[in-house]
Amino acid sequence: MCSYIVEKAKLFGSAKGAKGWMRIDTANVYYDHPFHAPLDHALGIDFINEAAGGRERVAVELSAESARELVQKILAALASGEIEHGKLARDTVATAK
Amino acid sequence: MTYESMLAETVVFRGHKGDIGEAYYARPLGGGPWPGVVLIHHMPGWDEWIKEATRKLAHHGLATISPHLYFREGPGSPDDVGARVRAAGGVADEQVLGDVAGCMEFLRAQPYANGKVGVIGFCSGGRHTYLAACSLAGIDAAVDCWGGNVIVDDPKQLNAKRPVAPIDLTDKMRCPLLGLFGNDDENPNRDQVNRTEAILKKLGKNYEFHRYDGAGHAFFNAARPAYRPEQALDGWSKVFAFFHKHLAAAAAARAA
Repeated sequence: MCSYIVEKAKLFGSAKGAKGWMRIDTANVYYDHPFHAPLDHALGIDFINEAAGGRERVAVELSAESARELVQKILAALASGEIEHGKLARDTVATAK
Repeated sequence: MTYESMLAETVVFRGHKGDIGEAYYARPLGGGPWPGVVLIHHMPGWDEWIKEATRKLAHHGLATISPHLYFREGPGSPDDVGARVRAAGGVADEQVLGDVAGCMEFLRAQPYANGKVGVIGFCSGGRHTYLAACSLAGIDAAVDCWGGNVIVDDPKQLNAKRPVAPIDLTDKMRCPLLGLFGNDDENPNRDQVNRTEAILKKLGKNYEFHRYDGAGHAFFNAARPAYRPEQALDGWSKVFAFFHKHLAAAAAARAA
């Protein structure tokens, strides 16, 4: 498609790449021709540290179907994790009392 | 039996504003003189398939140089560099044209050159090829392989890097143009290909367009599901016939 359309998500976190762990502050997200995946179009995500110049990246290229599945699983993991950890936090507070 | 040989290597060239960049260069050995071709890579960048295509053209007697249009964002692997360029909204048309012009000079400076130079590009490189054919002097033949955004229907797509729709420069086209397109492509779609042809025809330009059923975007690319071997074989044969027709004249003149 050669669209040059990139969505930027501001993040807080870390990612592990070829040089080990690094802080990341941005995800560049696009749906276009991949470099490596055997697909005509792929959902690409480049995790970078823009504040540090954005030279290094941790990259994925996913089929559209895979990307949608991943979105669902991220939301599901967040929902279940927050419930579980919220319960843990409540238990910790109750024990301390 | 004919002895075949080829040299393929990384070279440096002087591009836009005199910047020194790297390029992949493949040429036949022995014989000659050889016509030259500048191969403009697609949006994902200077990847393995682009280098394969460069060697393929050399195999057919065309000394071919493929500039790494993203070299200014290096160092780094071509995919990482390409990611930086994508995030920055691509490369400026003016810069690409300067790099293509530099590669044309490189080709003509070789002792075995026949003086003729063609340009071929794929995907975004097809658009760059159309642009070059309308903007640069000294191109003897141009091949646009499914270049998208030659026609710009949404003016919001124009910006500082891509200020002009290539179609609006068609009256300045100075060389023969070959266009190859898949009928299932979405960019350019059939309507856009038809409109491009209508303008070339109206302006009396020297062109030939070939459209392929059962093929979409990038149907030459064997690394992608879009690959269509039958259509690709026919398309490549048209590329070689076109270049040999338009780039061989100087060789004949030199030999005479």
